[in-house]
Formats: sequence, structure tokens, C-alpha cells
Amino acid sequence: MLSKKQARAFFLGGTFVTFLIFIGLTVFSLSKSNDQTNNENLTASVIRGKEIWESNNCMGCHTILGEGGYYAPELTKVVDRLNQRYDGNGEAAIKSILMSKGPWQPHGRKMVAYGMTDAEANDVVAFFKWIGKIDLNGFERIVSPLAKDKINN
Amino acid sequence: MKYKSQKVAYWFFALSMLLLVLQITYGFIMGFAHAGYDGLHSFIPFNTAKAVHINLLVVWLLSGFMGAAYYIIPEESQQELVSVKLAYVQLISLALVGVAAIIGFHLNYWEGRKFLEIPRPLDYLVVVNVLLFLGLILATLFKGKRKTTTALVLTMGLLFAALLYLPGMITFDNQTMDSFFRWWVVHLWVEGVWELIMGGILSFLLIKLTGVDREVIEKWLYVIVGLTFLSGILGTGHHYYYIGVNKIWLIVGGIFSALEPLAFLAMALFAVNMYRKGEKKHPNKIALYWTLGSAIVSFVGAGLLGFAHTLPQTNIYTHGTLVTAMHGHLAFWGAYAMIVFAIISYALPNMTGRKLYESTRGRAAFWLSNIGMIGMTVAFGVAGVAQVYLERKMKMDFMLVQKEIEVHFVVLLICATLFATGITLFIIDFFKHGTPSDEALEIEK
Repeated sequence: MLSKKQARAFFLGGTFVTFLIFIGLTVFSLSKSNDQTNNENLTASVIRGKEIWESNNCMGCHTILGEGGYYAPELTKVVDRLNQRYDGNGEAAIKSILMSKGPWQPHGRKMVAYGMTDAEANDVVAFFKWIGKIDLNGFERIVSPLAKDKINN
Repeated sequence: MKYKSQKVAYWFFALSMLLLVLQITYGFIMGFAHAGYDGLHSFIPFNTAKAVHINLLVVWLLSGFMGAAYYIIPEESQQELVSVKLAYVQLISLALVGVAAIIGFHLNYWEGRKFLEIPRPLDYLVVVNVLLFLGLILATLFKGKRKTTTALVLTMGLLFAALLYLPGMITFDNQTMDSFFRWWVVHLWVEGVWELIMGGILSFLLIKLTGVDREVIEKWLYVIVGLTFLSGILGTGHHYYYIGVNKIWLIVGGIFSALEPLAFLAMALFAVNMYRKGEKKHPNKIALYWTLGSAIVSFVGAGLLGFAHTLPQTNIYTHGTLVTAMHGHLAFWGAYAMIVFAIISYALPNMTGRKLYESTRGRAAFWLSNIGMIGMTVAFGVAGVAQVYLERKMKMDFMLVQKEIEVHFVVLLICATLFATGITLFIIDFFKHGTPSDEALEIEK
């Protein structure tokens, strides 16, 4: 029968080994050669866009890379999606929503009116475009407009 | 209660209850907004309600864990807390940081990273607060006459929880990196070190309530926390499937997170078996309800419902949908909220001297809150599955789908009302106990 000492050894040993493997896999998957995020294209504008994204807690309603709130649409491929819907004017559509002084409310569900400046809206769009090019191991097919080619609108 | 300083736990529990009421209130605001009634949008938009709802959850649970530690550690180490005054300072500062964060969320002052919305300057205050807490607990433990496994596992859980808060404070320009290390905090907390805290509290309660030999209970405690880490650390990979990192996580995360329910199954079997084996029939039945309930509901909510969408083949469709909310609600309720309720139910009569063990109100609180939460989980589940099929399989537009599933949020709100009624009864019972008193001290014979 298992003794308390053996049980403790199982706990400490198991934790130590799996933790080492975890660190190893972290180093491996974050190494430059395994980058899937087009990290080299992180411009100052993209970074400013991310800061605006965070300082307004956009993730409180929207998801990005599938993470965030489930109240408003996933924005990973938002530029492509709106380009398809508005005949190539996706960026302009996003900017008008971000710069609007009154709440944008598709189907009655309201978004906070941020009233951003043109420069701020450009940065957020740059952030979305950078996000849209990340290789998501197939998830992009689920949320991309190409996969949603049968939308009846 | 055996030590005077254990009384400080009462005020941490009281803070917990207060914040829980606020958390539920904001939950209702979100539920109504999802059902199409967002009348409060101008004052409390959805992102504010969500930040408040999830951060209050973290803070009230932490306050509950801290209260549990202040109650358990003196008794386990047979030593008064080294400083009661500092424990009160810690309590007040925790409350102030929490309140400041919540006010900030209403004024667009936050970090905007899911679960870690507390802005950076307040993060530093959290660190100071937790260091003070750990200092008090560790000093008491080291000064104590004995060092039990239960106390060590509980303290280890609290210590690692504090350390793991730090990766969340690193700034990254790259969203994928940001998300990667955010999960070091969130996942390794709730599917890792918090389970040590839960295990420690569970073990303490089982020793007290069942009378089974400490050595037997603590041996199985090691096995359970061993299984937790064995599966949970590499199980972090299930958050890395689709955020822009290597495919290796699909395999590693898939295999190890499929093993995660085992730890919860072991916990449920352990609690039920110890109860059956125990010869002591402790009169505090309500505490036993919550203790066994926590072990069983956490297996269903965290174990089974987590498994339901953890495999990469399923998760590619459910990632970022209401299916996650289904799992999240029952998992947090079973594993963490119920264990805090269990320790409160056990400790409260001991601290106040009012042994309200057999109240109908107490039992009604247990059943109503559990039935309500299970109903909410089903409502989220139906909404989530419908969302997956309509939006991701049938390729309908997001907002059109949201319109279709509004009705499930009406069901959610009805179940949430049942849940809130149960919680209200629990809180009424809490206050009926009165405040802690030195007269409740048990004098060693």
C-alpha cells in the first residue's frame, strides 16, 4: 500500500518533471524560428493600437484570437470580414465605428462611443491587420470570411 | 475555536460575502444585457460589468482563502497568529484595493486584459498586500509547534499563487506573447495552485468533520495535488491551441488536459470515501454538505464540463464562445466558491459560539444555490452549443446568432434568481451567527 512518503515523492517528483517539460516547451514554442505571429511586422502603430485596445478594455465585450468577452463579434479577421461586406471598404467602416460620437448599435446591441481621433483609429486598424495575419493553427478558417462565404446577408 | 487570533477570519469572510453580493449584481446586469435589456449601458457598459464581475470573483475568493488560512493555520500549527493587528491592516488594504479597482473600471481605468484588468499601479499594491499576508502566515507556521501536511499544502498554494501573479505584470507588445503569459497566471492559478488551496481546506475539513486519521487523509491529499500538477501544468496547453503558437501544444495540451478530470475525480472519491469511513458524526451537517458538495460539483463543473470542450478538435469550434462560460461558472462555483462556503459554515459556529447547525435556512441555501447554478450552467450550455452550430457551422452572422439565443438568457436569469435566493439565505444565516466572541474559545482539557 502507498505510504505517505511515497505519496509526497509522487507529488514533488511529478510536479518538478512536468514543470521542467513545460518550461522546455515554452522556450521551444516562443523561439524566433517558431514564430507564427509575424513579429517582425510589429510597427509602432500596431503597438499603439494594442495599447488603445487594452486601455479601453475592448476585450470586455469582443474576443480576439478567441479570447475575451462573448458579447460582441470576434475581431481576429475583422478587416477581411468587413472588406467582404462593404466592398473593400472594411477599414473605413471600422474607423467610422471607432470615431463615432454616438453608440454604434447593430441589431440594438450598443457599443461604447469612443469618439477616437483619426490617428487613434488608424492605429487600432493597424493592430487588427497585424492580428489578422497570425497563423492560428486552423482557427482562422473558423472565423475568417472565406469560411463564412455562405452568409445570407 | 482554539486560538483567539482565529477570529480575524470572520472579517475576511464578511468581506467575501459583501463582494459576492456585488459580483452577483453585476452578473445580473450582464445577463439582462445579453437578453436584450441594456438600459444601464450609459453608466455601466458591458465591458465594465464584465471586468467587475470577474475581478470581484477573484477578490472575494482570495478573501475567503485568506480567511480560511487565518482560521486554519493557527489551529494546525498550534500557535496564535503572530500579529492580529497586521492581519486587520491587510484586510482593510485588500478591501481598499478592491474598491479602488472597481471604481476605476467605471471610469475607463483598467488594463483591459481578461481576468487581469486591475491597472498596473494597483497591481503593486496587491503584491504588497499579499506579501504581508504571506509574511503573517509563514511566520505563524514557522513559530508553531507542529507543521502539518494540511498547513504546508495550503501555504504552498497561497505562496505559489502570489508568485504566479508576477508573469501577468510583464508588458509585451505582441498580443500572442501577452496572452501566453496571461495564462501562466490565470490557468496555473485555477487549474494548479488554487487546487492546492482547495485541497488544503478540504483536508482540514475532512479531518475535523469525519474523524478519519490525519495520516490517511494527508496521504491522499498528496496524491490528489500530485495528479493536479501532473495534468494541470502541461494542461495549460489547451489555452495555446489557437492563439498563434506552435502546434506542439495541440498534442501536449490535448493529452494532459484530457487527464485533468482525474484529479477532480480523485478529489470527489476521496471526500466521499473519507465521509463513509469516518466514525465521528460531527453535528455540523451544513459544513459537511458544502464540503462534499464542493468535491462533487467541482468534478462535474471543472472536470467533466472542462473535458467536454478541451480536445483540440472540439475546441476549434467552441474557442471564444459561450461554451466556455458554461464550464467557467460551474467550475468556479464547485471548486472554489463552495469550498469557501464550506469553511465558513464550519468556522462560523466555532468563532461565534452560536451552533446553528440544523437550520432549514442553511439547507435551503445549499440546495437553491446549487440548483440555480446548475440551471444557469445548462442555459449557458444550450446558448453556447446553439452559437457554435449557427455561427461556426452554419456560418451565420454573430449578431443574428445573438438574437436567436437571447431566450436562453431569460432562462439564465430565472435560474440566477434561484441561485441568488440561495446566496441571500446563506448570508442571512451568516449574520444570524453574530460576531465572533472570546467566549467561544474551547479550553483545552
